[in-house]
Amino acid sequence: MSKYLLNKFLYTIDRDPDLVERYREDPRGTVAWWEREQAGRILNCIDGESSTWLRFDDAEREALATHDYPALFDMGAHPFLTLTLFIGLFERDYEPMGFQTEYARRLSHVTMPYPDITT
Amino acid sequence: MAELVAVIASTHHPFYYRASTATGEDRPPFADEWVRKIESFRETLTRANPDVLVMVGSDHFHQLWFDNMPQFLVGKAPFYDANFYNEQREFGLPTMLLTGQEDLSAYVLREGMDAGFDLAYSNELRIDHSITCPIITLRPQNDLPIVPIYTNIFAPPLPQPTRFVQLGRTIRQLIESWPSNQRVAVIGTGHLSLELGGPRQFGPHGPDPEFDHKAVRWIADGDIEGCLGEVSLESLHLPGNATHGFMDFMLMMGVAGEGEKADYVDTYDLFHTMEAYFTWYPNGGLR
Repeated sequence: MSKYLLNKFLYTIDRDPDLVERYREDPRGTVAWWEREQAGRILNCIDGESSTWLRFDDAEREALATHDYPALFDMGAHPFLTLTLFIGLFERDYEPMGFQTEYARRLSHVTMPYPDITT
Repeated sequence: MAELVAVIASTHHPFYYRASTATGEDRPPFADEWVRKIESFRETLTRANPDVLVMVGSDHFHQLWFDNMPQFLVGKAPFYDANFYNEQREFGLPTMLLTGQEDLSAYVLREGMDAGFDLAYSNELRIDHSITCPIITLRPQNDLPIVPIYTNIFAPPLPQPTRFVQLGRTIRQLIESWPSNQRVAVIGTGHLSLELGGPRQFGPHGPDPEFDHKAVRWIADGDIEGCLGEVSLESLHLPGNATHGFMDFMLMMGVAGEGEKADYVDTYDLFHTMEAYFTWYPNGGLR
């Protein structure tokens, strides 16, 4: 399990307007492309110096490919990264604050303590 | 020596800019009262007549990332571009350019390390809404040079709460020993109880009004001892999953000093979060 890699996906998609749209329209294809070509990129290094060992497990890949943010929460993905990206993806489809309250409702089964987000 | 003329602690609600500039049907019902409170708060900085602002905040996974995460970082640059694409997208924040007070940054780094804090630094730092929100609320003309100081309240493992208080005390000592005739204000922003990306987010109030009530009293009374007696890295999970941002308020209590009651206290109970505004005038300054 790689909370770090989940976070890296959320972070690198969220900061790029084109990738936000690509992930909204084609989540499974975007996740496959990203894991193949982007997962190992060290953000402050050239491509030839990418990491060689970073992979999603099946559950992580499926959660990202299905926009399943409650599953990402359960896996310990950083809630701020998940929330920020998913607001960017779906807020436009709801009334003001509608997506944010729907997001809370879909996590209403969660009890304390929350999943550990330490990477 | 430089003079510390104001210590200001505030929440940094990213929706203030949009709410305060909205007109007509887009203007939310809470905006007018919010603007009134902010303008009153702003006056507490204006009357201190500062030359330089030391700004304490936290990068929200913008420039700082898990592959190289500093706990405490000081910006040392002549300029700071500000606000990121996702803050423009979600909050409608504008891009900004702030001027840096590089000699004070250099002094804080050198003397801070010699005082026991191995501070990270950045010579090219784009700052985010934890610092631009208080510029927008407290100094919208954006005419003063800054020293940005970032803390890690986001990416565990985090420093202990007592370390935030100690850094606040050290920042005060450094400012008051800075060989300069400048008037310095320290402005730090954090949160009271806050939930982001969890089931308690975006409710009609902050997620834990009882914690907020206690927190406001700790800050207003300068009750560092009482606060440290109840607050730990573990306990801060309970009021809301983003409540570790309260440690930046604890840092500001360290700047203000043990037992120092705030000279100005105001709060505003909004959806999602309790807003809180505090100003101290050190050494009896403008009281």
